[in-house]
Amino acid sequence: MDAFLASPIGILALTVAQTLALLVPLLIAVAYLTYAERKVMAAMQMRKGPNMVGPFGLLQPFADALKMLLKETIIPSGANRALFILGPMLTLILALIAWAVIPVNDGWAIADINVGVLYLLAISSLGVYGIVIAGWASNSKYAFLGALRSAAQMVSYEVSMGLVIVTVLLCVGSLNLSEIVRAQSTVWFAIPLFPMFVIFFVSTLAETNRPPFDLAEGESELVAGFMVEYSSMTYALFFLGEYANMILMSAMTTILFLGGWLPPMDIAPFNWVPGPIWFILKICLCLFTFIWVRATFPRYRYDQLMRLGWKVFLPFSLVWLVLTAFVLKLTGWLPA
Amino acid sequence: MSLSTDDTPASGGTRTVEIDSHTINFGPQHPAAHGVLRLILEMQGEVVERADPHIGLLHRGTEKLIEHKTYLQALPYFDRLDYVAPMAQEHCFALAVEKLLGIEAPIRAQYIRVLFAEISRILNHILNITTYALDVGATTPSLWGFEQREVLLEFYDATSGSHYHANYFRAGGVAKDLPAGLTDRIAAWAEQFPKFVDDIERLLTGNRIFKQRTVDIGIMTAEEAMEWGFSGPCIRASGCAWDLRRSQPYDVYEQMDFEIPVGSHGDCYERYLVRIAEMRESLKIIKQCLAQMPGGPIKVQDSKIAPPKRAEMKRSMEALIHHFKLYSEGYHVPAGSTYTAVEAPKGEFGVYLVADGTNRPYRCKIRAPGFAHLQAMEKLSKGHMLADAVSVIGSLDIVFGEIDR
Repeated sequence: MDAFLASPIGILALTVAQTLALLVPLLIAVAYLTYAERKVMAAMQMRKGPNMVGPFGLLQPFADALKMLLKETIIPSGANRALFILGPMLTLILALIAWAVIPVNDGWAIADINVGVLYLLAISSLGVYGIVIAGWASNSKYAFLGALRSAAQMVSYEVSMGLVIVTVLLCVGSLNLSEIVRAQSTVWFAIPLFPMFVIFFVSTLAETNRPPFDLAEGESELVAGFMVEYSSMTYALFFLGEYANMILMSAMTTILFLGGWLPPMDIAPFNWVPGPIWFILKICLCLFTFIWVRATFPRYRYDQLMRLGWKVFLPFSLVWLVLTAFVLKLTGWLPA
Repeated sequence: MSLSTDDTPASGGTRTVEIDSHTINFGPQHPAAHGVLRLILEMQGEVVERADPHIGLLHRGTEKLIEHKTYLQALPYFDRLDYVAPMAQEHCFALAVEKLLGIEAPIRAQYIRVLFAEISRILNHILNITTYALDVGATTPSLWGFEQREVLLEFYDATSGSHYHANYFRAGGVAKDLPAGLTDRIAAWAEQFPKFVDDIERLLTGNRIFKQRTVDIGIMTAEEAMEWGFSGPCIRASGCAWDLRRSQPYDVYEQMDFEIPVGSHGDCYERYLVRIAEMRESLKIIKQCLAQMPGGPIKVQDSKIAPPKRAEMKRSMEALIHHFKLYSEGYHVPAGSTYTAVEAPKGEFGVYLVADGTNRPYRCKIRAPGFAHLQAMEKLSKGHMLADAVSVIGSLDIVFGEIDR
């Protein structure tokens, strides 16, 4: 068995098995995130939400998926066909491959690489291409405006997000995601770096184009923004990509600030619960906040969003970064 | 984004590239178009340079149709103008016909009409405020608001038998008396309504994002508002305490104790605040109506205008003839003309009615407040961003039933 696993075919088989073990639960989680969003928002808005398909409407996500599959894919005559199809594919693929480095438990990552954080930043930066390509290839003014907005938005929020991550890295001394989690065994970074945690969470909202930063698809202004021309599965791919991204960003928040798979306290009832359960619970908490924000806030205007990113978050995270560096240096806590 | 290139080597082989503003066709099937508004927006990037509203997509020829209907048959058309607050329009037509006939509705009927006019005002403001919030991206208020609207529409249903197109007010009173127990239901509703307004205010009034999206957007000074023919909450937000219920009271508004909320700045945010305050004032009027409403007849006791009681028709030949004449030929209105206006929820709603002595109006010109407000669209949104144009539409409270007529 060991010999087989060491052979090239064995490694390939193992990787495929690991990938499937991660992707299948992930896609099911995406499906049920749409259900959870509708149910949670319904509760906040005093209505019922999906309740007809299956018990408590639990089969609704599959009914929706089936509907999407059976619809006709419409490609506008003025569109660039190849790019029009490429856009949604790129969005979903990028949202999924980022999961390769996410440690679900101690040692449970498909690729436990030492530049995990950089990999995540690179992949999430590429995410904007799917949207820009889709907006441009649709050859529609609404889609184009949506794509422009989205490009500007994602680039500006990535900058402050990068600074927040650097602050965490200073405290850890490693870019390995598992190391980052292990460094939080005494205290989660959300507590000493609380302002950074808030900035990071708000930036993830902007990064995933979620309300109150959903300008790229701003329903009441741009109708559906970059995906206004999409239908059927091409639309569903965007949808899946957006929700997979939400889970990914929640996972990043969990790893960087909420102690990943670690229990809140390393004492009796808490450390009986296995690590992945804690990891999932923390992601759910973040996702609930995503939905809660959506049900509560109006949408920012384009220029206000840019102002918040460049004039508030960027200077603040920069100052906090320098401050953290000073404190670490002066107290001698700086990791070797 | 039209990009015209000129490849002819006219000026030493250089290429002239001319980038001009691009045009966006906003609507008529746009989620923020409030019905069938079609806006042609000339944009420089995200900034609106010109906003050109195109109307008429919901034109049904109401004014012309009314010329071919008896006065009784003309009334239901008014439900279908501003379908968000139907009885407010009915009120105007009923008053106009009463003025031409030279009659006045009995006091109980006047109270009922004021009661329902104010219920209509709250119906309208709930819908406007919540959909306005939806336009700036807040989804929850609209779902909360519709629950309250449903309760109010059930009051409509209880009196008139219909949720929306009530056809309840008549020249000379109302169609029938309030059903037993309705006043108690309205009183019970009035008890819990302030909490709903507080909840909506907690979601929006102090919300920083909502304020950033609406404060200083679409400013209208008092003079400008008058020049553009603004009325209702839109002119009051600009600082003019102009309210027809106070300046030329009709029915029993004279006896009502209420305030006129006035803004100072005339931006989108103040138009919202004025509507919130007006809902609370309307509630005051509703409570006063319930407390003061006397008994008595609900339509004029003149069989030439109001139909006789059904029981009477079984006994009296004369009553039967009156009933037949009223529902076939209708009553004749003496020749004359009137411009009668009421303070509808959206502003001054007026009817210019010309009677030629027959059973049909010779001409019925309708003055819809939304029409005057919409024409200021360009002035209000010029130089603002696309998202602000959406806030402006929401704050003007536009319903196409009355604009296109």
